[in-house]
Amino acid sequence: MTRFAVGIDLGTTHCALAVAPLDGEGTPEVMGVPQLVAQGQVEARPLLPSFLYFAHESEGAQALPWDAERRFVVGEHARTRGVDAPARVIASAKSWLSHPTVDRRAGILPLGAPEDVEKISPVETSWRYLEHLSEAFDARYGGGEAALAKQEVVVTVPASFDPSARELTVEAALAAGIEKLTLLEEPQAALYAWVLARGDAWRNEVQPGDVVLVIDVGGGTTDFSAIHAVDKDGSLELVRVAVGDHILLGGDNMDLALAHLVRQKLEGEGKAVDRWQQASLVHACRTAKERLLSDAKLAAAPVVLASRGSALLGGTLRTALTREEVTRTLVDGFFPVVPADARPTSRARGGLTQLGLPYASDPAVTRHLASFLARQAGALGITAKQRAPKLLHPTAVLFNGGVMKADPLRGRLVETLDAWLHGDGAPPVRVLGGADLDLAVARGACAYALVRRGKGLRIRGGTARAYYVGIESAVPAVPGVEPPVSAMCVAPFGMEEGTEASLPQELGVVVGEPVRFRFFGSSVRREDRAGTVLEDWKGDELEELPPIEVTLPAEGRREGDVVPVRLRSRATEVGTLLLEAEPLHPMKADERWRVELSVRGGE
Amino acid sequence: MTTDPELSFLTRLWFAWLCSFRVLFDGRFAARVWTVCEGAALLPAARPLEPAVALSRTADITPALQLLSLLQREGRLVDFLQQDITSFPDADVGVAARVVHEGCRKAMRAHVEIEPVRPEAEGAKVRLESGFDADTVKLVGDVKGEPPYAGVLRHRGWRAKKLTLPSLVGGHDAHILAPAEVELG
Repeated sequence: MTRFAVGIDLGTTHCALAVAPLDGEGTPEVMGVPQLVAQGQVEARPLLPSFLYFAHESEGAQALPWDAERRFVVGEHARTRGVDAPARVIASAKSWLSHPTVDRRAGILPLGAPEDVEKISPVETSWRYLEHLSEAFDARYGGGEAALAKQEVVVTVPASFDPSARELTVEAALAAGIEKLTLLEEPQAALYAWVLARGDAWRNEVQPGDVVLVIDVGGGTTDFSAIHAVDKDGSLELVRVAVGDHILLGGDNMDLALAHLVRQKLEGEGKAVDRWQQASLVHACRTAKERLLSDAKLAAAPVVLASRGSALLGGTLRTALTREEVTRTLVDGFFPVVPADARPTSRARGGLTQLGLPYASDPAVTRHLASFLARQAGALGITAKQRAPKLLHPTAVLFNGGVMKADPLRGRLVETLDAWLHGDGAPPVRVLGGADLDLAVARGACAYALVRRGKGLRIRGGTARAYYVGIESAVPAVPGVEPPVSAMCVAPFGMEEGTEASLPQELGVVVGEPVRFRFFGSSVRREDRAGTVLEDWKGDELEELPPIEVTLPAEGRREGDVVPVRLRSRATEVGTLLLEAEPLHPMKADERWRVELSVRGGE
Repeated sequence: MTTDPELSFLTRLWFAWLCSFRVLFDGRFAARVWTVCEGAALLPAARPLEPAVALSRTADITPALQLLSLLQREGRLVDFLQQDITSFPDADVGVAARVVHEGCRKAMRAHVEIEPVRPEAEGAKVRLESGFDADTVKLVGDVKGEPPYAGVLRHRGWRAKKLTLPSLVGGHDAHILAPAEVELG
């Protein structure tokens, strides 16, 4: 019997788990996660850093209370070992999981690991994090009936995760033994957490007609969602109407930018910073930044870099981070005041990149936000008598993610947003406050697991994009000219979970060999139905996703034959998109083949 | 069967003291001791030399070592205290103190819940009734006479409400406060 509702925040930099009993009035509590915090020392902490360290043979077993023989480390000790032995540590696995052009099931991490490390895939890394949480849960609640495998588990993903990244997350969770699984978008989890924190009072703060903009700036990613409060037959309904693009930009980039600045200052004074000190520099800058951003009276905060050896005095470097520097680098650098028609630039990347991950090339969160609001101007549907707005008009803002704890950053976003809204003839926004920004997602995910059991209001919305299969037009080949591609809608926008759509058109698939189709998503085309064919579209309306692939087994057919199939799509209860190919002339009842979403993308 | 190693005198003293109480107040324990001491079954248990005052247990120093290790890891406390700082200018000491203060403060806040013993502000007049707890309040100055006392609070005192330390796993030796570090390559 299922006893608990469990919410898991599987974050880029941290994971957290919240749990509530299903019977009675229990509210989500964050569970302390036992983890190695240093060699041989285990401590329970609310956050599990999303780092995995492959211990060297000489270090022996990395014992946990539930496994004396473990050879790898997940959590705080893994994070700190990332400073000492970076080549053996995996960080930002979640960004790799959503990387469109690498094989996410292949052993590629850690990048540049020494030979004795057996590299693992991004999927397996996420699986190890979930496994650690699962083992910690079972150690805490006794396993058996109370094992995590038997509980209702909600795992969060960025709203901007494409169908293949969602599917890979499910794959990791299943591998970790989680059986009753549902995915939830992080900004929605943040809203559930806010509702939970406000109690019944929240209904006074959100009224029919409100549009809540969730701005979620985490350690590694920035995610926007818009949630519309509507009146349905006299009761309030929340509908997620829009989600933003996947932006690899977060608090870590900001800390790196500050560390870069301070390093230059130190080097200007003739003081060299070694690789080891560089890592503690990032940490020291984060601490100094948090101090400056939380205390408006402070003009500067010291940044001190301890020496490497046991002699603390003499080798320790000291400098300071000033308010002006933080304002210039963070507030103006990452949250510049820009007009509503500003758009992210896609110039060659500067100093913020790390080998391999497709980090956002424009560090300005405000420009990404302007782009999101403009793209989603029509998200609420426009009635004929209204002037078409240039932007989506949020009426309230909910912040989430560690970065958004800082008042000056929140203030800058609200100011900028209000100026845009004013320019478009709309009133300013209200800020919804009151949730713990570090743990909100785990708590909200747990609350959602309760909501699925009928306790409380559920956010609706279905899939956040429409999906298309690219079909090359049958035109005579012209050397050097790519045949035009038309896009056939296979899954309309806003498919509710449990619903299906089917393409009326037939596609020909060769028996016995994998056939690839280009695959597209659109977060703005809300009207297309399954079967709608787009001959052309505006540049940014459709975004190309990793291709999809179907292989028809030869069973009863001749290899090489072309078989006509129909594509069907289904929004699953778990929260993924399932594509299937159904032959027009089945050889047996209910013959269908699964269409593989997460194949390695084209380079 | 191998011979058990001998216990140290202090441990034996403490254990003997503990046993005497358990023999008196725990019938089952007394019976087990009786069985072990079968050879001298007819003699009543020899009364151990009982210390005049209860010595605090010296058996397990692991948590103390762990705390040192924690303060070293987070705030370089051992490095700081082990270094001779007399020849360094105050500015250098100040810089190092920041490292130690920031790290140790963070570690302490995460592991120990500390509150003042007295809620009043320092400098406030306080009155101590008879029967006040001399463990929590130390009298200083012109100490004489009987309570109630009227005095001025000079130090609020600190009480550790709760201390949580990491658990040791995999036979980790707590005596290693910080491992030596050897950089390869």
